[in-house]
Parts: sequence; C-alpha cells; structure tokens
Amino acid sequence: MVYLTRKAEFSASHYYHNPAFTPEENARIFGKCNNPNGHGHNYILEVTVKGAVDPKSGFVVDLKQLKDVMSREVLDALDHRFLNKEVPEFFSRIPTTENLAIAIWQRLAPKLNAVQLHRVRVYETPDLFVDFFGEDDGEA
Amino acid sequence: MKAHLTRRYMFSASHRLHSDAMSEAENRATYGKCNNPYGHGHNYMIEVTVSGPVDDQTGMVCNLVDLDSFVHAQIIERYDHQNLNLLSEFKKQVPTTENLCIAIYEIMKRGFKAAHLDKVRIEETMMNSFEYAGESSRRSLVVREPVC
Repeated sequence: MVYLTRKAEFSASHYYHNPAFTPEENARIFGKCNNPNGHGHNYILEVTVKGAVDPKSGFVVDLKQLKDVMSREVLDALDHRFLNKEVPEFFSRIPTTENLAIAIWQRLAPKLNAVQLHRVRVYETPDLFVDFFGEDDGEA
Repeated sequence: MKAHLTRRYMFSASHRLHSDAMSEAENRATYGKCNNPYGHGHNYMIEVTVSGPVDDQTGMVCNLVDLDSFVHAQIIERYDHQNLNLLSEFKKQVPTTENLCIAIYEIMKRGFKAAHLDKVRIEETMMNSFEYAGESSRRSLVVREPVC
C-alpha cells in the first residue's frame, strides 16, 4: 500500500451561526466568527489516497485524474465563495473546518473509483487543521 | 462523525542535555554540543491533536477557545522563556524533546477534558520532530533525526 497526497488551495468566506441559539449564545460560542458579514481564509486542502502501485504505470493514481476530480468536485464549488450562502452543504450545517473536511470527503469519495480515499486534511490557517478519515473512523 | 483537529503553538526555552548517571566524558560523547554547560535554546513548535464527534449544534470537535486557553495557561505559561532544566519535571529527567513531548502529553491528558487527546507532536527544529500518543499507542514516540 502506498499513500499519495495532493495539495490544493482555495479561498472562501464563512461565518458561524446556529439559528437554534440565542444571539447571546451565538456570540459566546462562536466569538468573532459569528459576524454575519463573514470573514475569509486561504484554505489549504490535502487529499491523501492509498492503493497498490500499478506494475505497468508505476502509479498509485493518475495525478492528472486526481487533480481534475479535486478541481471539479471541490475547488470549482468552494473557491471564492461565501460558504454559508453558496454551498448547499452549509445551508443547514455550520461551515466549521470540521464540517468542511467532512463535506470535501463526501464530494470526493464517490468520484475516486480507481483508488481509495484515505484522508482529507483542511488547513484553515497554518496553525489549525482538521483531518477526516471517513465515516468508519473509530467508534465516535 | 469523528474528526481530528490539530492546533499549533510555539514557545521558546533553553535546556542542557546532561545525565547525572553518566561521567563528564560519557555526557559529552552522548549529547555533543547539547551538553554545553551554559545551555542553548530552541523555538519549540507544539502540535496538539484532539478528536471526537463533530457536534451537531456547533459543528465543532471542541471549542478552540477552550483548547487555546488550556494550552496557554497550562503549557505556554509553564515553558515559554524558561530554562527547562530548572523545572520540577526535569530535575531527575534529561529535558530531551522526547521527555518534553511526554510531559506535555501528560499535562493535556490530565487536564483537558473537552475532547479526546490523540497526540502531541513537537518540532524542536525544522529538522527534528517527535510524537507521543500515550503508552498504549502503537506509534507512541516517533523521532526523526539525531536530536539535540
């Protein structure tokens, strides 16, 4: 088994707000991230796939295909977007980095037929990132 | 669904690697430049990884404010701009980054209850990094490169 990671960057804005909370609760729990006008990040996405090395090509995956899937399924939908208002997953879910990693996994996993998705890592800033290993990760 | 969240922090500290169980010559042979009696320092980069189910209401594994305030109060305040050799945990233990990694993991494990602690990783320099994920972990301590 060999693991291959491809990186990409996208920029997007978001804010954190739960309509089930009072304004005071939203402000207390989400702090500055609750500003309804939004704020933005340069997100770094790392997609790791795993598989056996093909004896003919020497590849785990054709990087061009992986790049195309990432561009089509993720970057085209998220780059330079207001996540809360333009990306359907976040009409009802808060666009935290945790939920972003899950949403990106769910966009990519069904499209990667020739290789298995291992990990989606999303950096919100250089000091904060989230890893998602799929629905079967552990008990939680 | 379970996600793993990693946050990076930095502090600066000095140390000297020296073991009372070894002769002066053995210490010099074992620790090299790191045995300099006057000590030396590093900018330590700490990565703390926690995990848990993503809360439906908040979209979070844990609130970053809680994680940041714990790490700042219990770890950064304790180690930043200190001489590690003078701290109680290093009176009898050499303040290698292996031992520092374990000490920080233990502080996190004892006191931080808002999410499950996966691991603590420390970069001592750009060339050296260490990971500790507890006694029971298969990967326990991962060390890269000769250390100082």
